[in-house]
Amino acid sequence: MTELAIKTSQLTKRFGDQAAVDGIDLSVPKGSVFGFLGPNGSGKTTTIRMLLGLAEATSGEIELLGETVPKKIEVVLPKVGALVEGPAFYPFMSGRNNLLRIDAADRFADRSTTKQRVESALNRVGLANAANKKVHAYSLGMKQRLGLANALLKPRELLILDEPTNGLDPQGTREVRNLIRSLADEGITVFVSSHLLSEIEMLCSHVAVMSAGKIVAQGAIEDLRNEEPTRLIIQTEELDQATEILRNNEIGKIRIRGKQITCEVPADFDVANMNKTLVSAGISIEEIRLEKSSLEEKFVKLTGEGFEVVR
Amino acid sequence: MFAKSLGLRLFLSELKVMFTRRRTWAMLAAIALIPILLAIAVALSSERLSPGEGPPFLAQVTQNGFFTGFTAMLLALPLFLPLTVAVVSGDTIAGEAGLGTIRYLLIAPVNRARLLVVKYLASLVFILAGTFTLMIAGAAIGAALFPVGPVTLLSGDTISIFEAFGRMALVALYTTVSLSGMAAVGLFISTLTTVPVGAMTATLVMSGVSNILGNIPQLEWMHPWLFTYYWLDFADLMRVPIEWSSLASNAVLQLAWIAMFGALAYGRFTTKDILS
Repeated sequence: MTELAIKTSQLTKRFGDQAAVDGIDLSVPKGSVFGFLGPNGSGKTTTIRMLLGLAEATSGEIELLGETVPKKIEVVLPKVGALVEGPAFYPFMSGRNNLLRIDAADRFADRSTTKQRVESALNRVGLANAANKKVHAYSLGMKQRLGLANALLKPRELLILDEPTNGLDPQGTREVRNLIRSLADEGITVFVSSHLLSEIEMLCSHVAVMSAGKIVAQGAIEDLRNEEPTRLIIQTEELDQATEILRNNEIGKIRIRGKQITCEVPADFDVANMNKTLVSAGISIEEIRLEKSSLEEKFVKLTGEGFEVVR
Repeated sequence: MFAKSLGLRLFLSELKVMFTRRRTWAMLAAIALIPILLAIAVALSSERLSPGEGPPFLAQVTQNGFFTGFTAMLLALPLFLPLTVAVVSGDTIAGEAGLGTIRYLLIAPVNRARLLVVKYLASLVFILAGTFTLMIAGAAIGAALFPVGPVTLLSGDTISIFEAFGRMALVALYTTVSLSGMAAVGLFISTLTTVPVGAMTATLVMSGVSNILGNIPQLEWMHPWLFTYYWLDFADLMRVPIEWSSLASNAVLQLAWIAMFGALAYGRFTTKDILS
């Protein structure tokens, strides 16, 4: 059993008669980069608020870094850096002074290292040159970076990042992604929420998918992907002969479109061997490849395709 | 370790935030303008008021500049000072909630009760700054426009200039005590909303209602309980010997309001879901 950085059991939050979070069991392994995926309004941010003790759970239990939350929240939080529902700062103060303010609020912070920690956090997110600017002059992307700097003010064991690339341009997004990877390499557990699957797919080792307050899938990304069929795609002029050979090899779900054959095969299918068989049967192959089904298909299948907010 | 347990660092940081805001300085400047406008108006007017006409002390202003501060305090107390107190105390929690900074303070982490105490103490510091600004500006403009000298008090006794400064400081402290109950009311209202302007307005309405109730004779039984009841009684400090009893009753009354609304604010804020 791997150690868990975050563990919830039957965590529920009701607003009136609506369950924003409906009995979820999260298991976030230590050292993982854990993607928390779900459409807007699926309950991700509410969950994060409960994890951080900002909102009280209606029922259920939370363990953060092995401690019960919210009972031991003051012991846990110094080890946790977070970005919740976007960055928030005093617009009339500079970026640096905003960080100093939050550090002053943390009574577990070591005062003698404050300056050095603030500077290194600013450097880490590439804001050193804008540190003296007032935050109201910051772009959304710069505020987002400052929010990340705040999460990195102290050495952390766990980072909880709610939509960390929101409002960033493509370069910024890449930088944040690299930053998260380098943090993960240091052994920090990173819990990232996003409504963008591509984001999660590029970054994460594990994922949980939320839909309408419930977790509909959870686990290592590879495992989830392997639940979906792998496709074999072949381009050739000689469709009939090729399909016959495929059938003889007990491959099913063959579909033909134009001069392309698509069929489903096991994940560990031996393409090279199939290629050899086809070629030795005299079929000229223009292209043959395996296609792992994208996580996107799985995601859409789980959460529905509609653009409408579910509730 | 001492600073750690008391949250002194957070308190200093709170003051830094408050005094970085232009709004704070604008309010202090507006407070300083009250005695200045008063003194200029009195100096420019050729008419001499007969004693008893106009606000108390106004007639004395022309004879002794030191009365400018006291007179300005009488003018500022019913509305203007409470307005600034409403702005600062209504903003305490609601302002942080409106900006969203409250989430980051709480996960820093700051204990919620500690945050309330720090916020309240910082609003007291603002009130202190406001009342002293008014008295100092009053003394300065009074000295510039009118003769100054030993001050003849209401009781007929005369005190030295040096002692007059002491009385000014006392009046500023008295007013700070007077407004401390209202600041607690503002703190509580501020925990109810994420819209700071709403909290500020509601707090100001509370002081307005208190003032109005205090002026309805039929409700006399209620008057000693109103947080505005002793506001204008700082004149008791202008006697020889000083009449301390009103300061004492005022302090007790304000402590009661602080205890009640402090407890309400605590009950509300420590159980509140932060969803902003």
